[in-house]
Amino acid sequence: MKLVIADKTFNSRLIVGTGKYPSHQIMAEAHRASGTEMVTVAVRRVDLSDRSAESLLGYIDRSKIFLLPNTAGCYTAEDAIRTARLGREVGLSNWVKLEVIGDERTLFPDNIALLEATHVLVREGFVVLPYTNDDPIVCRKLEEAGAAAVMPLGAPIGSGLGIQNPNNIAIICDQARVPVIVDAGVGTASDAAIAMELGADAVLMNTAIALAKDPVAMATAMKLAVEAGRLAYGAGRIARRPYASASSPDDGTIAALSTTLSSGPRGAQ
Amino acid sequence: MTIRVNGEPLEVAAPITISALLADLKIDPRLVAVEHNLVVIKRDKYDAVVINDGDEIEIVNFVGGG
Repeated sequence: MKLVIADKTFNSRLIVGTGKYPSHQIMAEAHRASGTEMVTVAVRRVDLSDRSAESLLGYIDRSKIFLLPNTAGCYTAEDAIRTARLGREVGLSNWVKLEVIGDERTLFPDNIALLEATHVLVREGFVVLPYTNDDPIVCRKLEEAGAAAVMPLGAPIGSGLGIQNPNNIAIICDQARVPVIVDAGVGTASDAAIAMELGADAVLMNTAIALAKDPVAMATAMKLAVEAGRLAYGAGRIARRPYASASSPDDGTIAALSTTLSSGPRGAQ
Repeated sequence: MTIRVNGEPLEVAAPITISALLADLKIDPRLVAVEHNLVVIKRDKYDAVVINDGDEIEIVNFVGGG
């Protein structure tokens, strides 16, 4: 089964960022290695004093990769809405990764403003993918507001702490009727696998790949982890149990020794 | 007259279209979006919209982000 969000189908369940890479070239190689079909980009003022910077877009193969503009850095619903409208004009698509940040230190979302902005942008015809807390009630309200997917965080952005509240993520995945994309907090491949094993439809990450010592190798690891986690979720994990359950048969073992080896016979010598 | 572009004052001789401003600034219109006094302007209106004294312009593009 492929990932379907709104009217688009994706073969890859890994969504990757475009920030913090050592170079545009390494970013492009990491994107290829990850197999991603959707990458996030930020909307920022053109630097009028320095027009020498190469365009990021020259390093993204838009025949294979869909651009998802974000509203990162916005602290009010108004700024996020403005940024979404600008992003739509640059990228000529009506998709937005909606972020309304509540606090500089944690970069946690301001869920009240996020919900407000979601309502407005859905009315304007946007496909809204809101970045939210790992709160099942907020996710439900975003879905009711018309979000095309919900994107609960695993941990603070860029923290690499992994999935901090797996039970909440599992509840969100169980309840949601739109795709659930675990966004932020992944540090290494196992974190991505855990998100997928909990039932997430996709994982979005930036820092874990971009700031790895070898971003291209980490991108490959993430691709495999997302695939493995998804397969494991579909396969259905065994129930957890406190005590052992032998994998080998109890019957047919050789006769148990009644004395210890050191005092007993040692065989033919 | 003085307009503000991306928060910085800019002197221009006379009212100017968005197309002309982008050309003056050597900006490829296909890579940016433009906001004129808080209203996003569609690309096909760049020739029509005129910037006047005191107007606020934002010119944005895509950069790396997560």
